[in-house]
Amino acid sequence: MTPATGAAQLRIVNGGRARRLRRVALHAFLIFVSVLWLAPILWAVYTSLRPYADTGGDPRGYISFGGAYNLDNFIDSWTKGELVKYFVNTVVILVPAVVLVLLLASMMAFAVSRYSWRLNVALLMLFTAANLLPPQVIITPLFRIFLVPLGLPEFLSDNGRLYDQYLGITLIHVAFQLGFCTFVLSNYMKTIPKELNEAAVVDGAGVLTTYWSVILPLTRPALAALATLQVTWIYNDFFWALTLMNHGDKYPITSALNNLKGQFFTDYNLVAAGSIMIAIPTLVVFFALQKQFISGLTLGSTKG
Amino acid sequence: MVAIPTTLVAVLILLPTLASVVLSFTSWNGIGGFDKIEFIGLKNYSDLINIYKPFWPAVSHNVIWLGFFLLIATPLGMFLAVLLDKNIRGTRFYQGALYMPVVLSLAIVGFIWQLIYAPEQGLLNNLLDRTAQGNQISWLGDPKLNLWAILVAASWRQVGYVMILYLAGLKSVDSSLREAASIDGASESQAFFRVVFPVMRPINLVILVITVIESLRAFDLAFITNKGLNGLELLSTLVTNNIIGETSRIGFGSAIAVVLLLVSVGPIIFYLFRAMREDNA
Repeated sequence: MTPATGAAQLRIVNGGRARRLRRVALHAFLIFVSVLWLAPILWAVYTSLRPYADTGGDPRGYISFGGAYNLDNFIDSWTKGELVKYFVNTVVILVPAVVLVLLLASMMAFAVSRYSWRLNVALLMLFTAANLLPPQVIITPLFRIFLVPLGLPEFLSDNGRLYDQYLGITLIHVAFQLGFCTFVLSNYMKTIPKELNEAAVVDGAGVLTTYWSVILPLTRPALAALATLQVTWIYNDFFWALTLMNHGDKYPITSALNNLKGQFFTDYNLVAAGSIMIAIPTLVVFFALQKQFISGLTLGSTKG
Repeated sequence: MVAIPTTLVAVLILLPTLASVVLSFTSWNGIGGFDKIEFIGLKNYSDLINIYKPFWPAVSHNVIWLGFFLLIATPLGMFLAVLLDKNIRGTRFYQGALYMPVVLSLAIVGFIWQLIYAPEQGLLNNLLDRTAQGNQISWLGDPKLNLWAILVAASWRQVGYVMILYLAGLKSVDSSLREAASIDGASESQAFFRVVFPVMRPINLVILVITVIESLRAFDLAFITNKGLNGLELLSTLVTNNIIGETSRIGFGSAIAVVLLLVSVGPIIFYLFRAMREDNA
């Protein structure tokens, strides 16, 4: 071994040690941050499993071990908060809203991406702009519009208006989310070869058939990603029902939190259990539909 | 096919936006017909600026919110994305931990952080041993502290959101660029700042716009904490309190909304032109 290669080897060994040290530091930092990030949720889970008598009502306090661990807080907050009612309200708004928004957005996206006409870009811009506005910009006149008697049939609205109705909340969700979904879907549809349209036309398919049986099936991955995202967003919405509904009884679960505060905040163990139960549907998205959720988010920002 | 979605957006979003602008020049309480609308020029705006006490605090809180996101939450999310972009062991766990709060609603985030901030039963005061009456720190009640407290909670979610978006952007950067930089003797940070960051310009801009828009939309956390009063005033909570309170002052509420609209329009137009230009390329 010549002195030169020896020195080189030494350098590599030192370099290796420095690199290993750096890697340990990196992992230490990332573990620290991850634990910090999980801490609020883990703390909520831990607190929810302990009766108030062993924590707040006990000299031991909240930062302690021992005492009972059970699901009483979950049962309590479930019945006290009447969570079933609010979950049902959420479903009544959420399901039609997601179906409608995807249906309408895919139609719109199909029209602007597969055919060129003059208002294409202008419409797309208008839709996207509508989605980016802070909802509070439109709420004041919207509130007034919702109060207008429209003479809607009983099965859609029990007061004939949009105010204080599931229908009203559903429609505003659809209108607000249309922009984002149209934007994402039209970008996605642009990647589908135009020849498919032409082939369909040659085969005698009309516009509707082309949309429904040729293009839509090919859009399925984007639809799945958007559906996941929309379910999460609409489920998580706090604002619309808060302002456009009068009866707290009709609130979807997330808006109901505002009223549940009073019932839950007698002890924080109850708050913890209630929060976890209400978070469960979105945590399912986190654990089971992570791929769809993330691709939905990034489709919108990086254009796939 | 185009008519239904366009009508929905036009009637429920575009029309109210324009109506906000028009109504902001009127004194209308919303009761009675449109014939009761009385134009009063800029009076709502001058009242807003000169008389309405919560206005300037709200503006400054929105600015602080934006500053906190721009200087802390967003860069932290980007930094973590850069760290996690390397193929390191356990990256899925790290990413998962950071991204978990992103699926939660801000209202639930508010509840979960109450467990940390509560004066007597909260984790923080228990850790600091400040739970005794008279010795408590009121994280959410003290107007000097509460904005910062909810900004920490908001960032808990924002960091993960930015991380996801940035990670997706980083994945799209051609890896040969980085290799070339390292062959040329660039250190990792040099390679990032001189090569990767400039290439990521489109994503950087999207993240900038999202940060600004999220800061203007800030609402849920402040409202669930204390209805956006006493230290947590934001433009969004002022608008809301003007219509769901006892006094429904449509004209005045609209004026606040227009202020919010004016500051939102810049970033929105910027985003649109960028998105559409790329579209046609």
